[in-house]
Parts: sequence; C-alpha cells; structure tokens
Amino acid sequence: MATSPPKTSARPKSLDLLPDAPVPAEGEAGVEFPNRLFEYEPAKESTEHVRLEDRYGLFIGGRFVNPHSKAHHPTINPATEEQLALVAEADASDVDRAVEAASRAFLQWSRLSGGQRARFLFRLARLLQERSRELAVVESLDGGKPIRESRDFDVPAAAQHLFYHAGWADKLGFAFAAGPGRALGVIGQVIPWNFPLLMLAWKVAPALATGNTVVLKPAETTPLTALLFADICRQAELPPGVVNIVTGGPEVGAALVRHPGLAKVAFTGSTAVGKEIQRALAGSGKRLSLELGGKAAHVIFEDSPIDQAVEGVVNGIFFNQGHVCCAGSRLLVQESIAEPFLRRLRLRVSRLRVGDPLDKNTDIGAINSRAQLDRIEALVQAGVGEGAHLYQPGCELPDRGFWFPPSIFTGVAPAHRIAREEIFGPVLAVMTFRTPKEAVERANNTRYGLSAGVWTSKGSRILWMSQRLRAGVVWANTYNQFDPASPFGGYRESGFGREGGVQGLAEYLEFS
Amino acid sequence: MDGWVHNRDQMRNSAAASTLSATPDGAVSLDQVAVEARARLFSSRSVKRGSKLFACNLIITCTDLTTLEGSDTRGRVEVLCAKAMRPVPDDATIPAVAAVCVYPSQAATARRCLQGSPVVVASVATGFPSGQVPAEVKIAEAGEAARFAEEIDMVMDRGAFLEGRHLKVQQEIAGVKEAIGDRHLKVILETGELGGLDQVRRASWLAMEAGADFIKTSTGKIQPAATLPVAVVMLEAIRDFAWATGREIGFKPAGGIRSAKQAVAYLVAVNEILGDRWLRPQRFRIGASSLLNDVLMQIYKERRGGYQSPQDFSEA
Amino acid sequence: MTGPTVTKTPKLYIGGAFVRSESGLVYRPQSAANVPRGSRKDLREAVRAARRAQPGWAGLTAYNRGQVIYRVAEMMESARSSFMLALGGGRQAGREVDSCLEALVFYAGAADKLSQLGGSVNSVAGPFFNFTIPEPVGVTFLVAGDRRALLPLVTHVAAAICGGNAVVALVSSARPLPGLLLGETLQTGDVPPGVVNLLSGMPEDLLGWAGSHRDIDLIDCCGCDPQEWRELAEAAAESVTRVLPPETTPALTPSLSLRMMEMKTVWHPVGL
Repeated sequence: MATSPPKTSARPKSLDLLPDAPVPAEGEAGVEFPNRLFEYEPAKESTEHVRLEDRYGLFIGGRFVNPHSKAHHPTINPATEEQLALVAEADASDVDRAVEAASRAFLQWSRLSGGQRARFLFRLARLLQERSRELAVVESLDGGKPIRESRDFDVPAAAQHLFYHAGWADKLGFAFAAGPGRALGVIGQVIPWNFPLLMLAWKVAPALATGNTVVLKPAETTPLTALLFADICRQAELPPGVVNIVTGGPEVGAALVRHPGLAKVAFTGSTAVGKEIQRALAGSGKRLSLELGGKAAHVIFEDSPIDQAVEGVVNGIFFNQGHVCCAGSRLLVQESIAEPFLRRLRLRVSRLRVGDPLDKNTDIGAINSRAQLDRIEALVQAGVGEGAHLYQPGCELPDRGFWFPPSIFTGVAPAHRIAREEIFGPVLAVMTFRTPKEAVERANNTRYGLSAGVWTSKGSRILWMSQRLRAGVVWANTYNQFDPASPFGGYRESGFGREGGVQGLAEYLEFS
Repeated sequence: MDGWVHNRDQMRNSAAASTLSATPDGAVSLDQVAVEARARLFSSRSVKRGSKLFACNLIITCTDLTTLEGSDTRGRVEVLCAKAMRPVPDDATIPAVAAVCVYPSQAATARRCLQGSPVVVASVATGFPSGQVPAEVKIAEAGEAARFAEEIDMVMDRGAFLEGRHLKVQQEIAGVKEAIGDRHLKVILETGELGGLDQVRRASWLAMEAGADFIKTSTGKIQPAATLPVAVVMLEAIRDFAWATGREIGFKPAGGIRSAKQAVAYLVAVNEILGDRWLRPQRFRIGASSLLNDVLMQIYKERRGGYQSPQDFSEA
Repeated sequence: MTGPTVTKTPKLYIGGAFVRSESGLVYRPQSAANVPRGSRKDLREAVRAARRAQPGWAGLTAYNRGQVIYRVAEMMESARSSFMLALGGGRQAGREVDSCLEALVFYAGAADKLSQLGGSVNSVAGPFFNFTIPEPVGVTFLVAGDRRALLPLVTHVAAAICGGNAVVALVSSARPLPGLLLGETLQTGDVPPGVVNLLSGMPEDLLGWAGSHRDIDLIDCCGCDPQEWRELAEAAAESVTRVLPPETTPALTPSLSLRMMEMKTVWHPVGL
C-alpha cells in the first residue's frame, strides 16, 4: 500500500514535566498561546485491509470491461504523488455501450415496484456501511482528504443518502400533488473530485429510487471509490446496467452529456463546464440540473457567538482543504468586532494540523491535484499582487505531494480577484461591513448564489438576513451542514435544480 | 437585558473594572450546538504512544486527588495522602499528584501526612457543596481551612447568581479571597446548576474578576458535573480574560472524570485552546477520586505493551 | 357634433408608464393600428424597471399580492368589452376572457399557498431546525407567443407575479393589441409600476438581446417555436439563466409558479 508522506514536524517533547519545569517563552513568531509541548504522534489509519486492483476496467452492464481504446491512466495519491492504480480511459463508443446497457436495464428497473427498488437501495446502503472503513481509506488515498472527514462525514453521509432515498422508492405516490410521476429514462451524471463517493450517492440514490438508470462519470483524479461502489453494486446483485460507471477525462464527460440516449443530465462541477452543458442541451427538452461553483459570503455580526462563529468560519473554508463548492470563502465581519474576531481566527488557524491525510489528527490534508494547486497558488499570488495582506500560520509542509497552508487575506477589496473568483482551496478573503444592509449588499455582490452563512444572536435578524441573502442554502449560526432530507442547490450561476429532500426527488420524475 | 446591565454595573463597581475592553467579556453569547461540535473534535483526537505517556504523566502531576464524603476519616485521608505522594509505591518514575482535596475538618490530617512532600493540601469551603450557609460562616470556614490548606476550593453562590445578584456573588468571592490571604483560590461554579453555557461564561468571568486563581467546573455532587462543552466555554473565557487583563487563570474540571481517555480529552482542549503555559499544575488541575488508577494502567500498558489489571494498583 | 372616432394609440407598458418605442418604429399586425416595434433599448428599460420593482413586490405579504392580482381580475371583468373588442369579438373572444379571469383568480388565491405547496420542513439527522421555502427567482422574461393573443400572457404573468417575480413580457407579435391592453388593467388594478412590463414588436428584434441579458433570471419560452427556444436557451447558458420550455396548453397549476421560483433552505441549530 502507499507509504506515508514525510513527517511534518518534530516538536520538542518532555515526558516528565514537573511542577517547576520551565515554561516556554511567550509568543514565538506572533503566535499567541503557543502550543508545542504536547504534540500528538502520528496516528495513522491502517491501510492493511485495503486491496486495490492494479488496473480497473469500465463498469458496464454489471461487469468490468476493457475500454475500447485499451488505454488506462494512472490515478495517484496527491499526498505522495505515488500511483494507486490504473484506470480505464473511456471513449465515445464506451459511452454508447454504457448508455445502451442503461437503456436496456431501464425497461425492467422502471417496472419494478417501488418496494423492490427500495430493497436494492437499502442493500447498497448497508453494504456501504459495512465497507465504510475501506471506502474511507481509499477516499483519503485517492483524493487527499483527511481520514477524519472521509470516515466521519463522506462515507456515513453517502450511506445516509442511500437510506433516505431507499425510503422514498415505495412512497412516490404520496410525495407529490401532481401524482406519482414517471421515471425519465437514462440519466447521465458527471461528478467532481471533491466528495467523490458522496457526490456519487447524491446522484445515484434519487435516480435509482425514482426508477431511472444511470451512467456516471467520476472525476478523472478520484475514480477509485466509484469503482469500489461498482463492486458494491455487484455484491448487492443490482440488476446489470442499472448503474454504469465510465472513467476518463473531460472528453468522456463531454461525450456522455451530449449523448442522444439520455433523458436527463445531472452535473456537479465548475460553472464554466456547466454553461457548456446547458448550451449543448439548449432546446433539446432534456432535463438538466446543475450544481456549480460558489463564492459564499459568511456574515458575522457583532452580537454573534464569537468563538463558535470562528469555528464556523474555519469549518466553512478549511473543510476538505476548501475544495467545497459552498465554501464560505468571503468572510464579512462587522467592523466593530473585526479585530477581536480576527485575533481569535488567527489563533484558531494556527492550531490546524496540515499533513498526512491518513493521520487521524490531520485537519487539513493534501490538495487534490497539481492542477488545482497551481490554480490556488496563482490566485493567491494575484491576491498578494492586488495588495491584500496574507496570513498563513507557520506550518511545515511535506516535500512531496500537493500542499497549501490555510490562508487568510485581510485588506481585501470587493473588486479583488480573490473576492470574486472561486479559488476552491483553503483561502479566505476577509472584508468588513458596517450595517446589516451593507452586509446584504456585499454578500449578494457576486454572480454565484450557492450558499451563505450568517451569525448573530438576534432571532429576527437571522430571519431578515436569510430572506435577503440570494443563496440556495443559508446556514444561520452554523455552516457546512448537509443532510439528504435537506434540499441543496444554487441561485444564479451556481446552477439550478436541487439535490436532497422531496424537491430533489422531483428532479428525477416527469409529471403530467 | 437586565442581566447585562447588572453585569456592567458590577464591573464598574468591582476592583477589576479595568478589565472592560473591546474584547468580548462575560456577557458574550454562545451557541450550544457549535460548542458541542467543537468539544467532539477534542475528544476525537487520537493520542497514542509517546503522546499518551506524556499526557498521562501530566495528568497525574495535575491531579487533585479527592475525597469528599461524609464518611471520610483520618484513616481514609492518610491512605489517600500516601497514594498522592507515591501513586505506585515501588515505582519512583510515577510522579506525585498536585494536591489532596478534602473537607476542612480533614485538612489538618492531610497537612500532617503530606509534610515535606511537594503535594499540597486543598480544602473545599464556603458550605460545600450547596453554598447555602450565611456569608459570615463561609468566610469563617474558609479562614479556618486556610490554616492547613494551601488551596481553597470555594463554591460560588449559585442562588445569588440565578437571582441575578452578580455583585453579591463577586463580593463573596472577594471576601473569601481576603480571608485566605496568599492561599490559592479555586472557585467552583457548579456549572450543572447554572442553566446553560451563556451562564457558564458569565459565571467564569465574574469569578475571575472577583479574584479567583482557578475556575473549577463542579463539586462532583451534581449531575452533570464536568463536561467537555463546559470546559471549552471556560477555557475560552480564561483566554479572553488573559487578553483583557494579562492575568492567567487556571482551569479545573472536576466530577465524573474516571478514565484516562476522558482526562486526555480535557488536556487536549487545554492544549489547543490555551497551549503550553497552561500545561502545568499551576494552571491546570483535574479533580478526581477514581481517575488515577486508570491513568496508571494506561501508562503501564504503553510501557509493557499489554493490558493491565485494576487489582495490581492500590485503592485510594 | 360628431367627428371621427377617437382612436387609442397602442403603447408599450414600462415601469408603470405607457410609452412609445424608443425606436420610434411601429408595425401594423392587426387592422390599422400602429403598434410600437419594441427595440433592445425598450427591453433594457423594461428589465431595469422590473429589477427596481421586484424587491418591493416580493416584500409585500403573499396575501397582499393575492389581493392585487384579484383586483386585476376585477378590472379585467369591468373592461370585458374592451378586451372582447381587441380579441376580435365573438364567442371565442368571450371564452378567452373567461379563461383569463379564471387564471387571474386561480393565481390570486395561489400566492399565499406556494410556500406550503413547494416548501418543507426537513427532518435532518442533527440538532437543527431545517426548512425549505420557495422564493421568487427575480426578473422573468416571457415570450407569450402567437398561439393565442391573451390567455398565455395572462396565465404566465399571473403565475410569475403571484410568487413575487417581476415580468418583462413580449406580447403576441401577430395580435399584440389585447396584450398591450392588459397594461391598463394592471395599472388600474394597482399592480405597482415595473412589476409587469409589456413589450410589443418582432421576436427577431428582441429575443437575442433577452437571451443574453445578464439581469434576467428566468426565460419563459411559453410561446416560442423550437428554433426560438433553442436560441434563447443557448444564449441563456452564458449566465446560467433558467429556461422554461414552450408550453402547449396554459396551465392552472401552482407548479407553474413554483417553477419560476428558487428553493431556499435555511439551517439553524436547536440548542440553549
């Protein structure tokens, strides 16, 4: 299995700190309340139990097949740059095969009773839970996210999505005033690399519950958990062709979303690609749902629970290395508390542990790919160039792999690139506001509208703000909460359609 | 609203009025759900091998080994003191605990037993655990206890606090502080009776302003006693108080901490919120009666590489 | 004395005012009337007016919006003869006015039902109160089309505004007079200025600009032909503008309103 990245630090340790032992000097390198005495030794999640194949085929019609091109590309561990496996490179003819398999399967799958489909989904959910440790480890190996997150969030949330939608499959007749609705057909689904298994579950679960069949393309850099899911489909004896998985680069995604055999396309990814897809499907009558980029505002009022707001901001921008479409990347803090807030924020960020994704104590893992690291570095350079002030805690980064320290920009103007463009990395742009009205104006001053955060102790202000923030999800006195029962999706250029809840279910059904 | 005005008022009246500053003070509001999420992060830290040995040793040196029962006798206190000075009689590498914590009537016994050792005597006072005795009695009791104890663990007047009489709370703490002279004062907030985290924050601040050297969660006689969310709130109050005044106040969770794993979670919280300067008995204590043996078992498990039996460690 | 009839000059309805086209051009699709040939600048003004008016309209209570829409129905009933005349008279015209009234009454009563029909309280697995409510998408652009002169326009305008949207509508280009007449009904019905804006003219002059207009939030291709639909939708992709497909029969259903709305989900912790 993959080796661990180099050790990130070797802090001094004292095993017998007696009452009179010397106390460390105050304030090294500007860090208030330094904490270097009590270091946690690496607590590495074992990879012993994970058995990856050397080479993966495409999952079409219920079995792994060789790609038409015979070509494979490596998928690497971004924390070590070591190859994990070879993954098949699909082409248009493979996409044809997959859509054909899905079309054939649709005839039977859509005619199963809801209860029968539910059984399969429950099985998938259970198998996901049973293999959760394996999935979590592979998710962290392939994508670079901390094992704490893949173990405690990604995998359990993916299983929960399957459970939730399993329960809908036999209740569609009760869900909508317009009737039970009809399945659409074959759904083409393209998902990103930030939450590979969870995004798969968000896409596959509602599609299957409503009687559709799918062809799913995982992201080029993170295909492995989707391929493990393919194996889980086999284990669950899901009828062949109900779920098909084609791997490869952007060309495969482009071929898939343009395939004439699809009834609907569901895409999560960048706004630029979303626009291309919308253009390609214009006037076709095919259903489309898009979950695109974001530049969420996180608004902190002076009466907010300040330390919890700091925690919310940290979770909002550093969760999953900031590779989150709804990341709270623009902090809007009321001027009257900007200074004490930022003091706490810097202290908190200085405590974040960057390093080996498989270490159970790691808070920030590896950047997903070289390309993404380049993009983050370029935008941070632009921020410095535009005159914003950059704060980064003094954490040592491993030599190999892709890393970026948690970063906070102050002195940011709304016109700066770092305040407007989605960075998709651990980079926070801090701005201030004076009044609630100004907060709303600044928050809404973006072409995106996926999510927003607001912190205040005043109930009426929470509701006032959440009415005015132009975003599909508003987190009030919390941030980055997700649930299959809770519809998620954007306003404006963050896309359209919802995932989760009864509203998300409707996206996969046709009425009238 | 009223509470806020009260609080401001008292701050003006109190000797520590200079602590008013731009930083959030005692009246800052808190969100319970988010505090609990933060607390979970601390308890999910994986502290293994060398770090665990370090933590366990530190926990011992920061322990206030406690007996607070109506049935306490001189004999019982003597046993406890022996355990405090040498937790494992045949192993000198195991450090002594910080203090032995007893009722005032046992303080003289503890003093005698601990003579010449680094372990100090801590005595509860002021009508422990309820605090429902007249003010003069509290002062007299604390003064008496201070004849034998280096540290006084007084209980905050929760009745007065819940009535909104914050000034009375502070005056009483200041009175006890005066009565015990240079003895260290730990103020027990009894957080399980305060009704919420906002109140924990406010009580922490009141106590620190009034002269507490330590703020302590609980008497151990009320459920819930120490909890990690309460610890998070108190530690952040200590941090803010240090920012506002430059004074470093200590923290003592007490009550219900029975396993090394629990204790390590508190240590992690102290480490990540306050850092190195609080990782010593002058700033951190754990009040416990049955924690020590579990910590010892963990130390020997790490040293010997196998699981231990409770029978191998002496009672106390 | 009696002289020649006093005829009414057809005008665009923008921001609550009846105006000629900025282009100064007219065309004559029906009888002898000189109908304004709306230009891209008229479109621009109409979108501005709609954008200005929308927050205030959405800020009214849903009950209040319903009352206003019902008032429009009352005004239309009282102007029945004018609409009949504009629709060319006869039983068919009468039936169309009846259907329009039915649509207005339907959506008047829908305004304060939408959040219950489209929204939800969601049981999430954590200590949070979580709800989803529909909110107006903002400014919609409606292509009413030539299939019928009034009914699709009235239905889709009512469906849009009952949820709090503001509308810029291109009325039927072949038979624009009934659509333009609607402006008078809206004005006397106390629909605030700018909430509904009516343009007449040629689709080829306007659709390209509407499709690429970044401040339009939703394009309702109600009366588009397939070609127009595709072109509008392609242009709309540039700003991820929502597009509703052409519709064959004007629908009386709250889901039409809900399709012109966004779903907003709000989370708040439940704790002390």
